[in-house]
Amino acid sequence: MEVLDIATTVDARGLSCPMPIVKTAQAVKPLASGALVEVRATDPGSQKDFVAWCRQTGNELVEQSVDGAVHRFVIRRK
Amino acid sequence: MTLTTDPATSFDAIAEAIADVEGIDPEATASEGSVPEAFVQAMAEERDEVKPRELVIICYSGDLEKTWASLILASTAAASGVPTKMFLTFWGLQTFVKDEKRITGRNWMQKMMAFMQRPGISHRKLSKMNFLGMGPWMMGVLAKQYGVAKPKELLEAAQALGVEFMHCQMTMVMFGLKKDDMIDGLGEPVGAATVIELLSNGAAPLFI
Repeated sequence: MEVLDIATTVDARGLSCPMPIVKTAQAVKPLASGALVEVRATDPGSQKDFVAWCRQTGNELVEQSVDGAVHRFVIRRK
Repeated sequence: MTLTTDPATSFDAIAEAIADVEGIDPEATASEGSVPEAFVQAMAEERDEVKPRELVIICYSGDLEKTWASLILASTAAASGVPTKMFLTFWGLQTFVKDEKRITGRNWMQKMMAFMQRPGISHRKLSKMNFLGMGPWMMGVLAKQYGVAKPKELLEAAQALGVEFMHCQMTMVMFGLKKDDMIDGLGEPVGAATVIELLSNGAAPLFI
């Protein structure tokens, strides 16, 4: 598997809507264009929310996976 | 019409004619494939320039549940790159009085109002089943248990993400509120005309 160069990780495990998105937006903001952010969340709603958020903001959802209750997203900053 | 990726076999005459008029080298543009790179780039730039529709949340209620919903939507909108404004009016303005202020107002009636319902974001009451504060306390316990951010935390996030707070001048006067009573970062007080202008220019409205 390709090893991704993750710039920062957001641990949103245990947080409910809208904090996984809010924390991700805050983490993405200071990064350079093209940088990767990894998010881990346990909120089941985040599965659809992150897709919608990426569409809305223009950031790219590079990877999306789920391991048990933990959803993992890798986002490339616009 | 069928487009071909091989420029040598077709449209030569047309391509040359266009190149003649526009002063571009047909070899250079055609070699990039069927869609010129410059065109793709121009489209991408144009797409980036499209700004999302503005959101104006008219924060009218001071009830805990409505304050909570307003701040969830405001912080999420700002996190999604939507320019977001909150117009704080009537009981919605009471929410944005500093938490540590107990009694606000200039005359006895205004002071009495503040006494009956303590202002500040951490002192909101539920519109139903408040039970002398038992309801909000239980909501707080449940929020903590399930990792739900409280209104105060959402307000901090909203401010950090650039939500603009506009407070209603008329309500300030009616409740006898001073600038010093209010939380930091509210900006200049405004009136209904400011909100109406935003809405008539296409901002999405929410009245909560």
